[in-house]
Amino acid sequence: MPSSSPSTSSMSRRRFLTATGAVSLGAALSACSDDSGSGGSSASAKPVGQADIDKAMKTPTELTFWTWVPDIAQEIALFEKKYPAIKVKVVNAGQGVQHYTKLRTALKAGTGAPDLAQIEYQAVPTYTITDSLLDLRPYGASALKDQFVDWTWAQVSGPDGQIWAIPQDTGPMGMLYRKDIFDEHGIQVPKTWHEFAAAARKLHKADPDVYLTNLAANEPAAWHGLLWQAGAKPYAASGESTLAISVDDAVSGKLAAYWGGLAKEGVISTDPDFTDGWYAGFNKGKYATWLTAAWGPAFLSGSAKATAGNWRAAPLPQWDAAKPVSGNWGGSTTAVIKSTKNPIAAAMFAQFLNSDPASAKMFATKQFFFPATKSLLADPSFTGDALDFYGGQKVNQVFADISDTVSTSFQWPPFLDQVATDWTETVGKSLADRADTVAALGTWQSRITTYAKNQGFTVKGA
Amino acid sequence: MTTVASPRARKRVRRGAAGPLFVAPFLVLFLLLFLAPLGYAAYLSLFQQRLIGGTVFVGLDNYVTALKDPLLLHGVGRVALFFLIQVPLMLVLALLFALALDSGLLRLARVIRLGIFVPYAVPSVVATLMWGYLYGPDFGPFAQLTRELDLPAPQFLSEGWMLGSLANIVTWEFVGYNMIILYAALRTIPHDLYEAAAMDGAGAWRIAWSIKLPALRPALLLTLLFSVIGSFQLFNEPNLLMKIAPEVISSSYTANLYAYTLAFTGNQLNYAATVSFLLGLVIVIASYAVLLTANRRRTP
Repeated sequence: MPSSSPSTSSMSRRRFLTATGAVSLGAALSACSDDSGSGGSSASAKPVGQADIDKAMKTPTELTFWTWVPDIAQEIALFEKKYPAIKVKVVNAGQGVQHYTKLRTALKAGTGAPDLAQIEYQAVPTYTITDSLLDLRPYGASALKDQFVDWTWAQVSGPDGQIWAIPQDTGPMGMLYRKDIFDEHGIQVPKTWHEFAAAARKLHKADPDVYLTNLAANEPAAWHGLLWQAGAKPYAASGESTLAISVDDAVSGKLAAYWGGLAKEGVISTDPDFTDGWYAGFNKGKYATWLTAAWGPAFLSGSAKATAGNWRAAPLPQWDAAKPVSGNWGGSTTAVIKSTKNPIAAAMFAQFLNSDPASAKMFATKQFFFPATKSLLADPSFTGDALDFYGGQKVNQVFADISDTVSTSFQWPPFLDQVATDWTETVGKSLADRADTVAALGTWQSRITTYAKNQGFTVKGA
Repeated sequence: MTTVASPRARKRVRRGAAGPLFVAPFLVLFLLLFLAPLGYAAYLSLFQQRLIGGTVFVGLDNYVTALKDPLLLHGVGRVALFFLIQVPLMLVLALLFALALDSGLLRLARVIRLGIFVPYAVPSVVATLMWGYLYGPDFGPFAQLTRELDLPAPQFLSEGWMLGSLANIVTWEFVGYNMIILYAALRTIPHDLYEAAAMDGAGAWRIAWSIKLPALRPALLLTLLFSVIGSFQLFNEPNLLMKIAPEVISSSYTANLYAYTLAFTGNQLNYAATVSFLLGLVIVIASYAVLLTANRRRTP
């Protein structure tokens, strides 16, 4: 992963965007997991015979695949080389929200939907509630379980064991920090959030132009990653239409009091991310850390060139230093749309694309995706890459270790778009305005609850 | 027409048949692309689709909800305020520029005319991105300049300033457009009027006030109507500035933005259709109010 190549910058920005469609998140439908989809799928869980698979893979077929992964033709070429009868047509239907809006429209119209689509982890439930995804178990997907990192597999699994998609890339969260700024002010790399808060105060006092970190007030995806790390279970579905929402429980309250407090003191900044000002902030040394995901290192090295060599990577600070944990921010899967006329070929393609060693490795080396397979995360040629931007540190190794500590039980709400917008207008706004973030959690909770009830859900724990 | 002689009566019949034919292409497109979607939106606004429970007919319930929806009311109120501040400012500027250009006293008139008009040729998305950069509180040029002078940086993107900052962008974009309309209207005024006025001893100011301004009334009314519609549909600028000032611009900052958010974030297409319809109604009422006021002032 030689990040010195000239294409890295634009490549990494695009790949970052891939990972973070997460940010505003596509889709607004769906119940948390168990739903109308499960009834039909258990009936269709009978394995498809090898003879049928062989026959389908030799029949000339064209598959349509909606994805916004840049240059995915190189991975597809590997598949087409192995199965010359199958041609894969890539359609870029936009990124994140745009992509999901179009997909939803096509599904609703009953025509024009692709055979396969890129779907981020948090959007999977959106499409299972409408029964739009094909359970991949009959096509041998169960055999792949052990190849993928446990939490990614949990994210694509249904309540009755359905396999709704194949993981493609991930974003376990860590901390990138400016070693030079830390050294200058005698700050140790914080191991706990307690140390982190103390460092934030110390640093800002020593240099009022510098903040220890920037918690973007428009980034619900990062907040969810931090919730995930803190062990929160903000959303839980049970049965057809019952939903528990607890974004203002004790764990969330702890997080809100912590970050709201730091923002109120003015020792962290809350600038919106992925804006001109934010890029300039990195290049001019306004932020001494970035709490980000595993796609962050490649992205930053393309976006903050002025600071090359000064950055290092470390795990997130911990609530309990004895039990290091992390959350995830971003990453995608490949799913087969249930209406496909070529379920076998499509299912085989989804599996090949993400589990074939050569194809999976290509995602890591060409698109700079952070892998979802255990073998790549243990592959010295991936983890051993020493990056100049990080002073020769083996950054992939740091994040590979973090990936092992991501909890497997985090669930996504059935209408993440709404949840994300409401977060920005309540919790995010309170951070930016230096207002009461804990009170804002309550507003967030009640806005989501109202929405859920309007959508016909029975809401528990509100 | 009524004086056409009888031998031409046959021709008149043919002409009568030709009229609808000529109008047909427009009518067909108007029906297909305008009235049909409008009808469909009206139809949609009478239903409610839920994730759980499917679609139900709710009659006018959506309208009842919308009329009591504080987010919608605030959004409409905000664009109304925007209209009251921004439009007079923009039209007065456009008028001044048009009169100055028409006076023939300016050097480099064509260059100036083009210069004022060029912003209109810049897509509003690009314009907003550019102004968003200029407004930047940390690294924007204004902020850097004031910092050099040890002054506090202007908070263009703060809650109190935002409407003014938006008004500035929209004014920058549309002054030239309105100026061109007014300038074109000025060019149609017959020159003999000026000559006659000059004979009667009127100066440049007197001519502007007593001849040019009254002659501009229809053009001014036109620009005002366009501005009513433009203001109430304010969307691109706040939608883009939302990314750099998320704590100030909410997803319901303007009524149009609210309808968009309802449809594409909340997936509440039916309610979005309702909100759009009500917004359309507000625009119709505001436009009529402008027309009536203008006409009443003319009659006495």
